[in-house]
Amino acid sequence: MTDRTRTPLRWNQHLDAPSSPGKSRLQESWDLFVSNRLAIAGFVIFLVFLCVAVLGVFLTSGTRPVCDPSLVRLEEKLRPPLSRPNLKVLRPEEVPALKVYLFGTDELGRDIFSRMLQGAWVSLTVGFVAVGISVLIGIFMGGMAGYFGQKHVRSGHVLAVLLIGTGFALLSIGRWLASLPFLIAGGIMFLFSGGYSRTGSRNSGGTSLHPVLHFPVMTVDTLIMRTVDIMLCFPSFFLILTVVAILPASMYNIMIVIGLTSWMGAARFVRAEFLSLREQDFVTAARALGVGKFRIIFRHMMPNALGPVLVSATIGIASAILTEAGLSFLGFGVPPPHATWGNILSDGKNFIFDAPWLTFIPGIAILIVVLSFNLFGEGLRDILNPKLRERP
Amino acid sequence: MSPANDILLSVKDLAVSFRSGDGVARAVDGVSFEICKGETVCIVGESGCGKTVSALSILGLIPSPLGEIVAGEILFQGLNLVGLDEERLRAIRGKKIAMVFQEPITSLNPVFTIGDQIAEAIEIHESLPRDKVHQRCLSLLKDVGIASPEERLQDYPHQLSGGQRQRVMIAMALSCMPELLIADEPTTALDVTVQSQILQLLATLQKRHGTSILYITHDLAVVSHIATRIYVMYAGLIVEQATTDRIFKSSKHPYTQGLLASLPSRLKKGQQLPSIPGTVPDPAHRPEGCPFHPRCGFAIASCRVEFPEMCDYGDGHLSRCPVLFESVSGKGDLP
Amino acid sequence: MLTFIGRSLIQKMVTLFFVSIVSFLIIHLAPGKPSQVNPLNPKFTPEILERFQKEFHLDKPLYVQYALFYKGLLTGKIVSWKDNRPVLRKIWNRFLNSLPLFIVGTLLTWTLSFPLGIRSAIYRGGIFDRTITFFSYLLISIPGFFFAYILIIFVVTRFHVPVIGMQTFGLVTTSWTPMAMDRVWHLLLPSVLGATGGIAILSRYVRTQMMEVEGQDYVRTAVAKGLPPDQVHYKHALRNALLPFATMFGLILPGLIGGSVIIESIFSWPGMGRMAYEAILARDYPIILTVNFISAVLVLAGTLLSDLLYLLVDPRIRL
Repeated sequence: MTDRTRTPLRWNQHLDAPSSPGKSRLQESWDLFVSNRLAIAGFVIFLVFLCVAVLGVFLTSGTRPVCDPSLVRLEEKLRPPLSRPNLKVLRPEEVPALKVYLFGTDELGRDIFSRMLQGAWVSLTVGFVAVGISVLIGIFMGGMAGYFGQKHVRSGHVLAVLLIGTGFALLSIGRWLASLPFLIAGGIMFLFSGGYSRTGSRNSGGTSLHPVLHFPVMTVDTLIMRTVDIMLCFPSFFLILTVVAILPASMYNIMIVIGLTSWMGAARFVRAEFLSLREQDFVTAARALGVGKFRIIFRHMMPNALGPVLVSATIGIASAILTEAGLSFLGFGVPPPHATWGNILSDGKNFIFDAPWLTFIPGIAILIVVLSFNLFGEGLRDILNPKLRERP
Repeated sequence: MSPANDILLSVKDLAVSFRSGDGVARAVDGVSFEICKGETVCIVGESGCGKTVSALSILGLIPSPLGEIVAGEILFQGLNLVGLDEERLRAIRGKKIAMVFQEPITSLNPVFTIGDQIAEAIEIHESLPRDKVHQRCLSLLKDVGIASPEERLQDYPHQLSGGQRQRVMIAMALSCMPELLIADEPTTALDVTVQSQILQLLATLQKRHGTSILYITHDLAVVSHIATRIYVMYAGLIVEQATTDRIFKSSKHPYTQGLLASLPSRLKKGQQLPSIPGTVPDPAHRPEGCPFHPRCGFAIASCRVEFPEMCDYGDGHLSRCPVLFESVSGKGDLP
Repeated sequence: MLTFIGRSLIQKMVTLFFVSIVSFLIIHLAPGKPSQVNPLNPKFTPEILERFQKEFHLDKPLYVQYALFYKGLLTGKIVSWKDNRPVLRKIWNRFLNSLPLFIVGTLLTWTLSFPLGIRSAIYRGGIFDRTITFFSYLLISIPGFFFAYILIIFVVTRFHVPVIGMQTFGLVTTSWTPMAMDRVWHLLLPSVLGATGGIAILSRYVRTQMMEVEGQDYVRTAVAKGLPPDQVHYKHALRNALLPFATMFGLILPGLIGGSVIIESIFSWPGMGRMAYEAILARDYPIILTVNFISAVLVLAGTLLSDLLYLLVDPRIRL
């Protein structure tokens, strides 16, 4: 190893030196992405996975699917991968497609290949929907905290929320009529509590019906950040496990629960970005031009804030898939006989020495898919953060 | 020019290339300059012309593998610093050649006191007992004009003002009495009043210790006060070099003339401030021929194709504009 | 400084209060009652059901239940609904089981991540860096249960050592050493498993931080001063790179109450994770709520500790 004092890739000072751009930002990002081989590999694997999942839904659903994941053939249990079916014992419709057990069979003689196809869709949907929910909530909360952070929540607002809450509670029990006055009163209360001024100025002035309603309780920022703190106090896997164990098992419940418990990271990122962006000159310039608040938020600030959110979203998908697999493994995933990669592995753990393919095939599949998302996410992070670029 | 044995640093045909998204670009493309003992030499140019890169190459601070010195020599007291092994280079850094950087707040380590950082510079090159090091730090701080040095030694960089931080950087650089001090835009990040104080300080210190100074800046006004000789850089090349007097009174390159004309002090009341049209070229896409020709008012057809060599006006005044040279030496009129 | 601590404490108490309310509501508003635990058990007659309800105040309104529960929690008197033993004692026993896993896992994670990450950053792009990066990605992406089985197969077939449970059932000898070794063998796999994911993530983070710091101007100044590479990297760069990790140190605290459910299930390790899992299945509310409460306390204490450490370590932040 040489003695050389290794110099880093670039000194910070040089990053600020102006240089005339040879190509647009989009072009630059694309070039960077293409040159990062790992990110490309990740993206390609993701596309393959997407196709497999969609294909899987078509091949395995319906009453006479091409690849039947739930067909039990007890005579053929625990057959290794690439083995030929015993045609003498099987009825014609029990013979698998392509006349070979591509991935072998499990302890009930079900074709693992078909089950993997069925499970692919579950993993995909859970990953995307869960992260979609968490990102939406996170962006909303973070954006509110970041932009409206200094505005105060007034006592009128609190009362309004309580009224509306009671109204919804009554609604859920079924007392339509009783809930109406609460809802209406709450709505009016909210409107008249003021707290926002029509001139769009920064101070938390504004009018309200009565001074009592105007009393500032806390800032929006504090409110949202305390909510984040409260959510963070719950150990996430336990929370998910608790909710999933209590609610009836279904794919949608799992997705929603994972989504509802992982928005905190995105919220923090968006809030941090908004706080720094709000002070930047282009926002002040926009306001000086008279651009409306929401237009500023959505058109000017949001695109800048989305960078870290995008990175954490791709990594979030990876982690959501792992969580779903874990839940399936423990028995809380999508209920049988629907196959998921987690429960194939879970069923197979009892036969680990006799039929290792039951463990390895789903395990490696999960590994590859999650790896591809992680690589893709890192590639995105590389593009978005010039300081950490591996290549020039 | 001064006799050869007075030359402290001699840079010959230095070329430094950087890898960027667009390919390989030569930030410095064949630059030669000299510094003699006790002189203050200035390199002047806009951002992106390669002056900082030239300065960093002297001490081997070019970030690699992004950039590397591809050609040329840097002779310091007879030793070629290009390609010198790390150990010998380290012996020179801080001890014989020291550097002061542009942004004092980021150039000082925020988690160590300034006393620690100055002491470190001394301890690494000289083996002095603790108290002597402490004494030296105190006297250095006094020299650079920092009040109550005893207390300041315990301070962290963020507790000092911009001007004070830069003084600390200068103290740190001078701690081992180097023969050459490289100052890379030391006052750009400071207020104007502080700027002149720092300049004054450098001039005083030079007189006292006989240090040579290589001063990098983009501000011609600053240069006029302190430099003995000036090198003007553009697009990785030296386009003009001469004594300060000659540059200001009779510069012979359109770029230098443009820079001088755009100094506000030269304006008469009511006149519009002239500026050089166009922008500095991207190092990866330099124009053919003379790099300045797209922006030059004197450009003729040959400027677009022929690369201009240096023209000698005597007394060490060189300029890379054959057009002006021809007109001075008799052929054609001065436009 | 003291005002900061005081203010933080009050804020954390308020948060804790809200956490207690929210967790209480989640548990109680969810469908399914504790009395549904043994619907098939013929011994569960309606009279027993009623007594059960009365005993645990399930017939009282929610806010009364809330007050009674937390009073019981804070005085240490609440009992588990499953087997009537005091909750705190149960938690304590399981905690002692989980503790060795936690200690070994945390030690491994924190002592290995830093050298790996730092070395990767300094010799960035070299063989070492690329190998470590490769393994990091692999370890982050592999499902824990899958990796567990791979390790189990590997260790059992190669080394013929027992891995399941805390100790080999029925192993009783007079000599102390084999019993200790047995414990160590059993401890090895679960803690290594717990640590690998942590090492992968933490070492990447260390590497990123270190790389960011290495690009800073003050590192350039250090090189320009003529400092040898050791001093540049391990004195100037490292000291700054480690700043965020001092704060992460405080966040180890919440890990005490954790315990991976999956790892403990696979290795039949009677730890906190399994206990919480069984409690959820059995709708054993006292245990679930107590674990939740303790976890919240630890999270809040951990963040407070992090803030304090940050104050201590970064000279730029002084109150």
